[in-house]
Amino acid sequence: MIAVTRAIGHIRQNRTVTFCALLLVTLALLSLFGPWISGHSNIAADFDSRLLPPALTDGHLFGTDELGRDLFVRTLYGIRITLFVAVVASLVSLGIGVLYGAVAGFVGGKVDGFMMRIVDGLYALPFIFFVILLMVAFGRSLFLIFVAIGAINWLDMARIVRGQTMSLKQRGFVDAARLIGVPTSRIIFRHITPNLLGVVVVYTTLAIPQAILMESFLSFLGLGIQEPQTSLGTLVNAGVDHMGSSSWLLVIPGTALALILICFNFLGDGLRDLADPRGKT
Amino acid sequence: MLRYALLRILGAIPTLLLVIAIAFLMVRAAPGGPFDSERQLPPDIEANIERAYHLDEALPQQFLRYINGVIRGDLGPSYRYRDFSVSEIIAGAIPVTMKIGLLAILLSMIVGISAGLAAGMRKNTFLDRLITGVAMIGISVPVFVFAPLMVLVFAVTLNWLPASYSGSSGADRLLLPVIALALPQIAYIARLTRASLIDVMNSDYVRTARAQGLKTASIIRYHALKPTMLPLVSYLGPAFAAVLTGSVVVEHVFGIPGVGRFLVTSATNRDYTLVLGITIFYAAMVIVLNLVVDLFYAFLDPRIRRQ
Repeated sequence: MIAVTRAIGHIRQNRTVTFCALLLVTLALLSLFGPWISGHSNIAADFDSRLLPPALTDGHLFGTDELGRDLFVRTLYGIRITLFVAVVASLVSLGIGVLYGAVAGFVGGKVDGFMMRIVDGLYALPFIFFVILLMVAFGRSLFLIFVAIGAINWLDMARIVRGQTMSLKQRGFVDAARLIGVPTSRIIFRHITPNLLGVVVVYTTLAIPQAILMESFLSFLGLGIQEPQTSLGTLVNAGVDHMGSSSWLLVIPGTALALILICFNFLGDGLRDLADPRGKT
Repeated sequence: MLRYALLRILGAIPTLLLVIAIAFLMVRAAPGGPFDSERQLPPDIEANIERAYHLDEALPQQFLRYINGVIRGDLGPSYRYRDFSVSEIIAGAIPVTMKIGLLAILLSMIVGISAGLAAGMRKNTFLDRLITGVAMIGISVPVFVFAPLMVLVFAVTLNWLPASYSGSSGADRLLLPVIALALPQIAYIARLTRASLIDVMNSDYVRTARAQGLKTASIIRYHALKPTMLPLVSYLGPAFAAVLTGSVVVEHVFGIPGVGRFLVTSATNRDYTLVLGITIFYAAMVIVLNLVVDLFYAFLDPRIRRQ
């Protein structure tokens, strides 16, 4: 807990990290409550106001698309789905990665060698193509996207957690727990895992943009989130079709996506530097 | 070295087989047959079609038949493009994908290494902050946002370059796709080069060289440059994989008739054999390229092959 409060103190000093964190929180809140305040529907078509350019006066701040749907509301819904998918998928990868890494690191020896050989082998595979195959074979569903992205992204987490566990294992409190007869599984869950909090938070922040990239890549190709649900990738894809005459349909969702990704990367990098000042270059 | 190379090559074969097995089973487990359509076919015609594509055989038999084909370079017939085999379609699409991919790798190496060295040599100056900042944006913004925006600016608004590959025939039609594909890699390579140079410049032998009175420029040129490049060699594997993935987007945006474009169209058409064939092709490419890069790395760094 002391580490966390200290980290928060450092974060305040770092302007970029603070700015990014605030921007992400604002965007998340806006995507949750914005559509409700704005009053426009993200699905209902309005054929009297098709392809309106962005304007302050007519109630369509970001303009409208080819079916007359308000782009402001659609972008906010897109941000909502994009963030939701990324966070859930990252939690899936976090669960698998922490468990796998903690077991490999704690048990050590041959088991560890075997488990990490599997991770090394999986690293070499181009998973994104398998995800495409999965979407083709089983249809496009939100659930499958979570599972697929989560199942790919755990590799980094497993490596980091394993390294951390191996150094924690040497510490006195683990010896003490073993001495009084605490079973291995309980040591892993109750004594090792809570101490991994710092690195896990940092690497989850770095895993989220990866998940966003993957989901929006799939959605952009028409293989991810389907209408009437929209993610930022779907919106960018739709914007490409109209960019000749109505560039805002591409520029606005594209900028939103870029902004979110840049912020998560800056945030993750900043947190990593705080957690491990030696890695700072 | 030979022993190491043989071990690595033998180790890649089971991975390749596993990849084919997973991909094959995934497609076979898909609900609904490949010929399900709105129009109900008479049962005996359906049975004939299934027999023609060997879909009536047991799964292990189908898998063996498929593996046997893959070894001979035959990935089966396409379900949607009549009269074309999957291998023919892929073979026809490879040259343009290769051309764009290799040009993008070349461009990203040249620009990325130069920018990374420039930033690393002038650590914590304005130039360094500028390069690392731009590189962060390059890493974050996905190809499918960059590529259409570049089309919007340079093709639609300024009208300097053609917007689509198939709509023109000059060499300038390659420019936008190659740059779009290279941008994220330029950013990664610049960051990697910078970090690596800073790391090397902090090492003991550089300090010794400095103590002997060598100028910074000659230290970098004669002592630091080679070890700085070493991590870049191992990044080549992931770079190839990223460029292959990126080419799917770039070919989709610019309408380039490469392998990636066929992947997207076959995925939307549910052309199972073609998707399966292209997935296996890409996976094999990534595994083989990784292998080549690893062997090259071991050739450069003797410490690796003794492990």
